[in-house]
Amino acid sequence: MLPAAFDYVRPSDLTETVQILAQRGDEGKLLAGGQSLIPLLKLRFALPEVLIDIGRLEGFEYVRVEGEQLRIGAGTRHAFLAASPVAREHAPALAAAAPQIADPIVRNWGTIGGSLAHADPAGDLGSVMIAANSDFVALSNRGERVLRAREFFEGPFTTALAPDELLVEIRVPLARGRAFGSYSKLERKIGDFATVGVAVCLDMDDGTCRTAGIGLTAVGATNLEAREAEVALSGRRLDNEAIEEASRRAADAADPTSDLRGSAEYKRDVVRVYVQRALKQAGGMNR
Amino acid sequence: MTTQHIEVTVNGTTHAADVEPRQLLAFFLREQLRLTGVHVGCDTTSCGVCTVLLDGVPIKSCTALAVQADGREIRTVEGLEQNGTLHPIQAAFMEEHGLQCGFCTPGMMMASVALLESNPNPSEEEIRWALSGNLCRCTGYMNIVKSVRRAAENIREENAVPVGAGEGR
Repeated sequence: MLPAAFDYVRPSDLTETVQILAQRGDEGKLLAGGQSLIPLLKLRFALPEVLIDIGRLEGFEYVRVEGEQLRIGAGTRHAFLAASPVAREHAPALAAAAPQIADPIVRNWGTIGGSLAHADPAGDLGSVMIAANSDFVALSNRGERVLRAREFFEGPFTTALAPDELLVEIRVPLARGRAFGSYSKLERKIGDFATVGVAVCLDMDDGTCRTAGIGLTAVGATNLEAREAEVALSGRRLDNEAIEEASRRAADAADPTSDLRGSAEYKRDVVRVYVQRALKQAGGMNR
Repeated sequence: MTTQHIEVTVNGTTHAADVEPRQLLAFFLREQLRLTGVHVGCDTTSCGVCTVLLDGVPIKSCTALAVQADGREIRTVEGLEQNGTLHPIQAAFMEEHGLQCGFCTPGMMMASVALLESNPNPSEEEIRWALSGNLCRCTGYMNIVKSVRRAAENIREENAVPVGAGEGR
């Protein structure tokens, strides 16, 4: 499959990138690793007039701690994140998700920023970012602004980024001492999109859940937050009753459609079971 | 039609070419450089038969643009054999019957080469994970895994210091 023709520019730094975006952002697409974009180009679902290749920008791939946040360069490849000891230590849900994205070869080139900006409702990382209450930094030649992950996904393949903006950094609050984080993904085979994915981030204090974040993959028009389930857990002892209630509410938050990967009813129940399992694990209970 | 000038080193030889930006790397390698060992199967990033090494890292060349390879180094299955001697991974695929129809073989071998270069002694599980982005439509996975293990053993033996070397005089 051959993509439709497009122009190609390769800016040498972020300053040049935002200048190009200011002029051609409406008609252009940013190319990082291309692992989401190139398939769309080949299917001619995306027909940009110009590709702006940011795949080689220097200093765009990093995972480091700054203050109370884990800061991740938008150009960080999935394989780099999956191998990062800093991510493992400070962002357990993200570290759990990283090696479950796509397949190992795709992870060599696909980037964190590209995946998030692509905003596929079946993408894994958005749910993790929602559960972890992350922030995204967007840059344009108007300046920088910080967007909350929970307000970033506006619809399928649609984000709050303006046409002249690019995602430059992801900021994940550091998991504190007793934090729990997980990402559970049901997929038909490695490399397939999630049938269902569930991200859970808990701030635990001696068996009590202080705050909870739950993000859901592939069961709605965007990655979803399971708000009612989070509220049900906040400040509550993680006992069987709390777990049952939260997992039921998370299933209620899901709005899946029936397709080849499973019926809506099945997917909603997988959400319930995966949330329940994660919470039992967090509470140190046997399944 | 706008074209982009690129220079790509493939299996040790640098090629200069003018390509359309939309030209996919797999088709550049197959049609312009005639490296038809780069297979195209699903054409949708699923099967991995088009796997090549870009700066030593396996990528699916059906999901890369030729312009992305500009200034970089690519290795394909054609570059494995050196001066008439098979690469250990090729020899091992032969010894262990790691190929049936042969269609997935180039991709399997390139992914395996990258694995063995970063991990000379992988466990069966590590091999299976490393090859999980490559599909074999004959489902010959048992022998593919055996081949990679055999290649790892052969490479280690080749590199090992012979018993007694360096002792006495």
